Amino acid sequence: MGQKKIDIEQVRQVAKLSRLDLSEDEIAQFSGQLSAILEYIEKLNQLDTSKVEPLAHCLPINNCLREDVVKQSLGTEKTLANAPQSDGQFFIVPKILEEPGGL
Amino acid sequence: MSEEILKLSCRELQRKIAKGEIKSSEAVSAVFTRIEKHDAQIGAFLSTFKQDALARAKEIDGKIAKGQSVGALAGVPIAVKDNMCTAFGATTCASKILENFHSPYNATVIDKLLAADAVIIGKTNLDEFAMGSSTENSGLKKTVNPWDKSRVPGGSSGGSAAAVAAQMCFAALGSDTGGSIRQPASLCGVAGLKPTYGRVSRYGLVAFGSSLDQIGPLTKDAADCALMLNVIAGHDEKDSTSVDEKTAPKCDYLAKIDEPVKGLKIAVVPELFQGADGEVVAAVKGAIELYKKSGAEIIEIKMPHFEYSVAAYYIIATAEASSNLARYDGVHYGYRTKKAGDYIEVYTKSRAEAFGPEVKRRIMIGTYALSSGYYDAYYLKALKVRNLIRSDFIAAFQKADCIMMPISPTTAFKIGEKMADPLQMYLLDVYTLAVNLAGVPGMSVPCGFDKNNLPIGLQIIGSTFQEEKLLRIAKMFENQTDFHKKKPQL
Repeated sequence: MGQKKIDIEQVRQVAKLSRLDLSEDEIAQFSGQLSAILEYIEKLNQLDTSKVEPLAHCLPINNCLREDVVKQSLGTEKTLANAPQSDGQFFIVPKILEEPGGL
Repeated sequence: MSEEILKLSCRELQRKIAKGEIKSSEAVSAVFTRIEKHDAQIGAFLSTFKQDALARAKEIDGKIAKGQSVGALAGVPIAVKDNMCTAFGATTCASKILENFHSPYNATVIDKLLAADAVIIGKTNLDEFAMGSSTENSGLKKTVNPWDKSRVPGGSSGGSAAAVAAQMCFAALGSDTGGSIRQPASLCGVAGLKPTYGRVSRYGLVAFGSSLDQIGPLTKDAADCALMLNVIAGHDEKDSTSVDEKTAPKCDYLAKIDEPVKGLKIAVVPELFQGADGEVVAAVKGAIELYKKSGAEIIEIKMPHFEYSVAAYYIIATAEASSNLARYDGVHYGYRTKKAGDYIEVYTKSRAEAFGPEVKRRIMIGTYALSSGYYDAYYLKALKVRNLIRSDFIAAFQKADCIMMPISPTTAFKIGEKMADPLQMYLLDVYTLAVNLAGVPGMSVPCGFDKNNLPIGLQIIGSTFQEEKLLRIAKMFENQTDFHKKKPQL
């Protein structure tokens, strides 16, 4: 086997960007699997696309504008109904900022 | 009586219910008798709504008894893939991260089904977040193929396909990002339609690949697909990518379904048949031969960029998925880890504990392809190739009314057989992905069986917003064959 397309350190970095706390086993497995997939994807380089525009979607529509009118929204109760933790008014998360002086 | 009801199409059942010859409550009871007898083995449903469905059926029967007018799906039991939001029951996407999620609103397609007086009986299993080709990636349940319970139903709408094939509903909704309606329809021997991107509102469909996702029906035959499309198609101001009436007016897809397309021209791409199993090739070629005998002209064409669709798709779809799935943060809704110390750990551990391997893999590929230094080489390159793939379709439809090819290179495979190698699983999607990349409509129609009595599907691909013609072409085949009438012995 030659060098892997994406090594363990890169997998760690991508996992961090992906907000996934992967186990060491998963990192090792993904390094192999992602390398195989990305090697296959190299196939795209057989095509000369220097004169081709990228196509993000296929629809003949561009801007969809509408009047800015006030409408009924979900409301606090329904919005918070699925929250893992809330106090009935807000979502609750662990403290984000350190104590003053800690930054 | 109850067995006889189950054999009816949606159209027949709706007509009989509307005339008062059959009660909706009888149809709903028949379906639940069937589910209670067989779904422990098949595993098509993640949740069912027996009491509510019976109550609703009685309500519709009451309307009919009073002579009130009823909708196009009056009293017909329908199943819905569990990635469409319902304000009743859970909407899980077959993921542990949404296992207890209760949507505060209905998807637009759900509102449309209800407005047509359909009875929604349950929500069907899928590959987690619709990512997969076998339904084996479900984080919650195993679904098997009703034709052979040791085999997969296909995916990701495997629960919907299995439910229709096993006559546990009269029609179902699925979603198709890269073949997820057509491929399970093919593997389970039912009809499946992926409409043109933009034809059906995606509002309330849990997002996977936003430029590719499209909702469509899985049914017993092409005319039932037309009936379902009549109900669900149309512009929705809540989905800015649903087309307006001026750009692509919807029509009555059922009105002319029995009219053959005159002077039908069918394009085939001979090279593409090389990648499929012999029995699949024979059945699909046999189907094309039948059209030819009925007067269709067969035109051999090349689609030089088609073979790049797997590579382009698995960059574009994963890039969009990695962005869409960033919303699962353990804060607003869904699973939250119990092990977290700080805010970032809530995010990273919740996702690590609750997403399955395929979802993680796709988030990783997509994040990599979008990350600094790789964006041009992967994502932008894939979007350019997408344009080339679409140009192949545009050229094809200048010469022909439709393109025909297989759906899947194989018939239903054994459970577990392909799970070890993700790339091999992706390569099974070779015939379906280009349709999503080009945004065009595609159908699966049963066209034969292999030596193990497993169904084979014919793929018919139409031009943008030409669903009406596509459905008529499918119906022409059904008029001469009975593959779509065959049912599995459960």
